[in-house]
Amino acid sequence: MELLRHIIFWLFAVLTVGSAVVVVFHPRVIYSAFALLFTFFGVAGLYVFLSADFLAAAQILIYVGGILTLIIFGVFLTAKITTLDIPHQTHQRYVALVPIVMIAAGLFTVVKNTVWPTAPLPHHPTTQVIGELLLTKYLVPFELASILLLAALIGAMRLARYYRKRED
Amino acid sequence: MWLDLGLIVGKIAVVFIGIIAGAFVLTWAERKQSALMSDRIGANRAAILGIKLMGIVNSVADALKMIFKEDFLPPKGLRFLHAAAPVFAMFPVFMTFAVLPFGPTITVGGKVIPLQILQLDVGMLYLLAFGSIAVYGVLLAGWASNNKYTLIGGMRATAQMISYELILGLSLIGPILVYGSLDPGVMATAQNGYLWGWIPKWGIIVQPIAFLLFLPAAMAETKRCPFDLPEGESEIIGFATEYSGMRWGMFFLGEFAEIVVLAAVLATVFLGSYQVPFLFDAGEKLGMAGFHFPWGAYLPIAEWAVVALRILSFGVKVLILMWLQMQIRWTYPRFRYDQLMRVSWREMMPIALANIAVTALIVMLVA
Repeated sequence: MELLRHIIFWLFAVLTVGSAVVVVFHPRVIYSAFALLFTFFGVAGLYVFLSADFLAAAQILIYVGGILTLIIFGVFLTAKITTLDIPHQTHQRYVALVPIVMIAAGLFTVVKNTVWPTAPLPHHPTTQVIGELLLTKYLVPFELASILLLAALIGAMRLARYYRKRED
Repeated sequence: MWLDLGLIVGKIAVVFIGIIAGAFVLTWAERKQSALMSDRIGANRAAILGIKLMGIVNSVADALKMIFKEDFLPPKGLRFLHAAAPVFAMFPVFMTFAVLPFGPTITVGGKVIPLQILQLDVGMLYLLAFGSIAVYGVLLAGWASNNKYTLIGGMRATAQMISYELILGLSLIGPILVYGSLDPGVMATAQNGYLWGWIPKWGIIVQPIAFLLFLPAAMAETKRCPFDLPEGESEIIGFATEYSGMRWGMFFLGEFAEIVVLAAVLATVFLGSYQVPFLFDAGEKLGMAGFHFPWGAYLPIAEWAVVALRILSFGVKVLILMWLQMQIRWTYPRFRYDQLMRVSWREMMPIALANIAVTALIVMLVA
């Protein structure tokens, strides 16, 4: 059973990293978007290994079912996307070195200083706990995020309507 | 451990064969039903050694035809995505069934076996999540065919599916609030409760509005009935125009499988899942399995018969709902595209949101 766990974990890990590499390096943007589907899926699988069942389902539902569909819609509706040349060469290597080193150092510190629980956690359903926390301890951030989304929604509608009026 | 593994594989096989069989029967029933309703005879020519089985042999012939038909890839089409699209239209549909219970929990030789592949606390979310992946089949088919009309057809279909997926999700929140769980297994058990002691607490009774929203949304999701604009094979160029042979067949197998799965979801959430009214097993009524009617009568039934009745009741409910979908499909004319969108966003959405608010209020007041 333990061996099976390891095999499945590595499958998901390879799926996540491998498809992420395709997302970054594939010259055709539609394939990048398609590979992103597998990245999201792999990450959801990793959430399952962390006993975060609600998060895993929400990840697929929101990122795969919603956001990625919109990204692909965006690709479809962009004029001349097939002939669009997406630059893959590197520019200004030495300047880029500064943020790279900074980010790498930051990530390294986090990895080094975090205590990683190594024993596999017993699987607990998390939905109820998350629901309770969202409506008690984290009520204000939750409501703020809602307001932000509502503002974005209204803004998008306003923009779309504005241009439609001008065309008439 | 090997026993557990074997049980899981067995359950998957049962569900898989069930869905395939359901889809197979649907391909036949669809032709016969449409023929009946438009006063024709319908498929009746294919025969094996003179045996026609009321046209069922025609379905076999259809399948054989699809397998041997030329598999055409449009020139300049994207080979990989063109091949991947039908898979994406088909496989998530089969996966969604994993969380639905098709019978009660049974005990064989001291071993407790739930007749449900996956007992997930987030079952309903899992269902919606994998349901949403099916969109990619249509989306990629439209793009990979390298045909402008197909692309537009694919986007039209995607817009429809996303719009109605929202209604599916929102209408399920009502029942989730009532039963207090996201696990379809828990929902199934809860539906053996009774209001005032005699009305079964089925979803259709405690959440009628959610049922009326879910059924049409489910049919729009399967691209059936008044919502079949994505296909409309003879009139509109849809997403599958550049597909032939078995790849085209996979789209439609996926669609028929979706009808079976959504009928099962409807049965699970709204028609009491595998429950038969007033039927209790030994665990629920202190060792007295059988029918306990509200007026006090008691009809004892063997424990195994209770299980058999319950599995049978689930199957019958799924079949009735499949038949209902087919009946609606051949009764109503097709929506126009703007009507389709208006119904979803302006009419069903506010009702769904109001249903959630009202249900939440009632659940809070009752509790």
